[in-house]
Amino acid sequence: MKILVAVKRVIDYNVQIRVKEDGSGVHTDNVKMSTNPPDDNAVEETVKLKESGKVKEIVAISIGEDKAQESIRKALAVGADKGIHVKADSYIEPLGIAKILKKIVEKEKPDMVFLGKQAIDDDCNQTGQMLGSMLNWPQATFSSKLNIKEKSLEVVREIDEGLETLEINLPAIVTCDLRLNEPRFASLPNIMKAKKKPMELLNAKDMGVDLKNRIEQLKVEEPPKRKAGIKVTSVAELVSKLKNEAKVI
Amino acid sequence: MARETMEYDVVIVGAGPAGLTTAIKLKQLDPNLNVCILEKGAEVGAHILSGNVFETKALDELIPNWKNEGAPVKTKVSKEKFLFLGKNSSLSWPTWLLPSVQKNHKNYIISLANLCRWLAEHAEKLGVEIFPGFPASEVLYNDDGSVKGVATLDMGLDKEGNKKDTYQEGMELHAKVTVFSEGCRGHLGKQLIKKFNLDEGKNPQQYGIGLKEIWEVSEEQHQEGLVMHTAGWPLDSKTYGGSFIYHAENRQIYLGYVIGLDYQNPYLSPFDEFQRFKTHPSIRKMFEGGKRISFGARALIEGGIQSLPKMYMPRALLIGCDAGTLNMPKIKGSHTAMKSGLVAAEAIVENIKNKTDLSIYEKKFKESWAYKELYTARNVKPSFSWGLILGIIFTGIDQILFRGRMPFTLKHKHADHEALKPASQMPKIEYPKPDGKLTFDKTSSVYLTGTNHAENQPVHLRLKDPNLPINYTLKEYDEPAQRYCPVGVYEIQKEKFVINSQNCIHCKTCDIKEPSQNITWVAPEGGGGPKYGNM
Repeated sequence: MKILVAVKRVIDYNVQIRVKEDGSGVHTDNVKMSTNPPDDNAVEETVKLKESGKVKEIVAISIGEDKAQESIRKALAVGADKGIHVKADSYIEPLGIAKILKKIVEKEKPDMVFLGKQAIDDDCNQTGQMLGSMLNWPQATFSSKLNIKEKSLEVVREIDEGLETLEINLPAIVTCDLRLNEPRFASLPNIMKAKKKPMELLNAKDMGVDLKNRIEQLKVEEPPKRKAGIKVTSVAELVSKLKNEAKVI
Repeated sequence: MARETMEYDVVIVGAGPAGLTTAIKLKQLDPNLNVCILEKGAEVGAHILSGNVFETKALDELIPNWKNEGAPVKTKVSKEKFLFLGKNSSLSWPTWLLPSVQKNHKNYIISLANLCRWLAEHAEKLGVEIFPGFPASEVLYNDDGSVKGVATLDMGLDKEGNKKDTYQEGMELHAKVTVFSEGCRGHLGKQLIKKFNLDEGKNPQQYGIGLKEIWEVSEEQHQEGLVMHTAGWPLDSKTYGGSFIYHAENRQIYLGYVIGLDYQNPYLSPFDEFQRFKTHPSIRKMFEGGKRISFGARALIEGGIQSLPKMYMPRALLIGCDAGTLNMPKIKGSHTAMKSGLVAAEAIVENIKNKTDLSIYEKKFKESWAYKELYTARNVKPSFSWGLILGIIFTGIDQILFRGRMPFTLKHKHADHEALKPASQMPKIEYPKPDGKLTFDKTSSVYLTGTNHAENQPVHLRLKDPNLPINYTLKEYDEPAQRYCPVGVYEIQKEKFVINSQNCIHCKTCDIKEPSQNITWVAPEGGGGPKYGNM
């Protein structure tokens, strides 16, 4: 079996985001970037499947500027076999990303596509679902446990009500939750070896898909500052305040 | 079982200005050398914090056409000011009366973190392998006692040191020569100085803590290229320190405060002195209405040549502030650190090719312009142990009349951790409450550093005696760790000493100032610590 796993380079989750004064976006110059955390879980799961002998090949793909290759190299360092970098110099919406991924799927013919459940920069949570729909493949989103079978996949999903277990046929789309696993560290020798693994270079412009963005971004602004809290002396007071002042119960 | 091993010609510990300079120079001299750099930060620059008014002398030697290569060295100093502050007053000191070491008209206002990122790209193009997120945690020795290399930290251990699922054993990096460039109070450098008695016959090293914020201010408040320093309030005349205010590009001001760690009062809090400083009427107006966008802190070297240890040992070198090459009166260390890196590279190439003894590194450094300027600067810092006024008078005579060539050398008498007086003998200091606009608390400040350490890993701030903080330091000194730590790592809660090590920003102040030297800073799991942007 062969898996395609998609990774995105985003602002590191520890960095305090700074909104540009003109509201056009956030500052990214000299800001620490890293792989989107749920994408790390996706990569880790594919490597585990490979280690268990159920998967033969892992192809890691990233779409974005040249430095997106850092995220691919990281995936290669923990166990992916081959990388594909689709160069794109400007922002592409999930729809465009899904279209590019579809083209890659048609070429690479994987049995499964793994993605993070969503990216922590735009929080869209759309790419996996759109790709599933375009390919007409079954999908399991927010997966926190996987069991691979002969021609199907048993997946436990994290949903609002608790956990849901699905069985879906292959080929399939899986989007990964943070609880799926704990990503491993890349070792120094493996980082060195990753530099020699093959990386195919493509350009988004040459993929033959319509990448026009459909959404107009009006403004980016900081969330309102949290106000100082108060201390209450009794449960009765708390309930009364929730009811009468906050009006939430 | 033996750990996995990688062999290099040269292994460099720390991707700061000194280490990166060594790596680049090595490859310029001999492209065939295998050179790697280990860096504990998650990326190059993440742990770099500095003023910084930059003198380009060493960069000119390393990369002469740096201007055309896009070095982030752009804002030329256009104007200088020096203020003496009283509680509500300020006296502007004429710049023609400043010693020439404090004149900056040829220098640039830069972000050292960004310069390091640029140097790292340059180094990688030359074939240097840089591994961010991999702290060197252990020095390895050959049978003959010489340095063999370093080992990286085991990763994936839990709090008690048990292996987690993600456990990964550290690995050994062996080298013909290992270069230690960890910056001020490097935790391996400290071990080497002790093991090889490198500080024998030298004065105890002197340190300071530097705190820095970056502010975005209005057009009217900003004057690109302006460099300003202050002395005096809020510090008393016995405490060595002062501020820097540098107007960088994009309406940003780099604002910082440096306090000598030889201060005596255990109630002093460097962080709160810095915050209080901003409330001075002549400072407040520069920042009012502006926005603080970054915060950080880092210890720095103040000892000069009296405290400079021997810089070489069998098959290893100490460079930059891992040895201690900062020029205190000049308030600059990047150019001297880089110069030590340049001569280190020359010495290493000669050592590998001709088996020349590594001692030529120190010889070359002592013949360089960097050592000459450290020599003339040597008496300034110790003279301030007589107090601010005498220090200024002496420095005027020493630096302006004699240009640092007085026929004697003043000594540093005590190590910084010996300087604290018992709490009972010193006045308590009441610091004003932060207003959240101009002045801030430690919690909101640490948030801006982006620091993080993965949960459930061994605590990297080790106590030699876990009972000492409560049984002794609290009683005798009112546990000053609560105050000297700029991000509140140490707290006393219900008669318990709590270490919030996840907040640590790797400034090393605790390792230096703890009165009984009870706290040892060791490298945490790779990638931990601050995520500084343009510091």
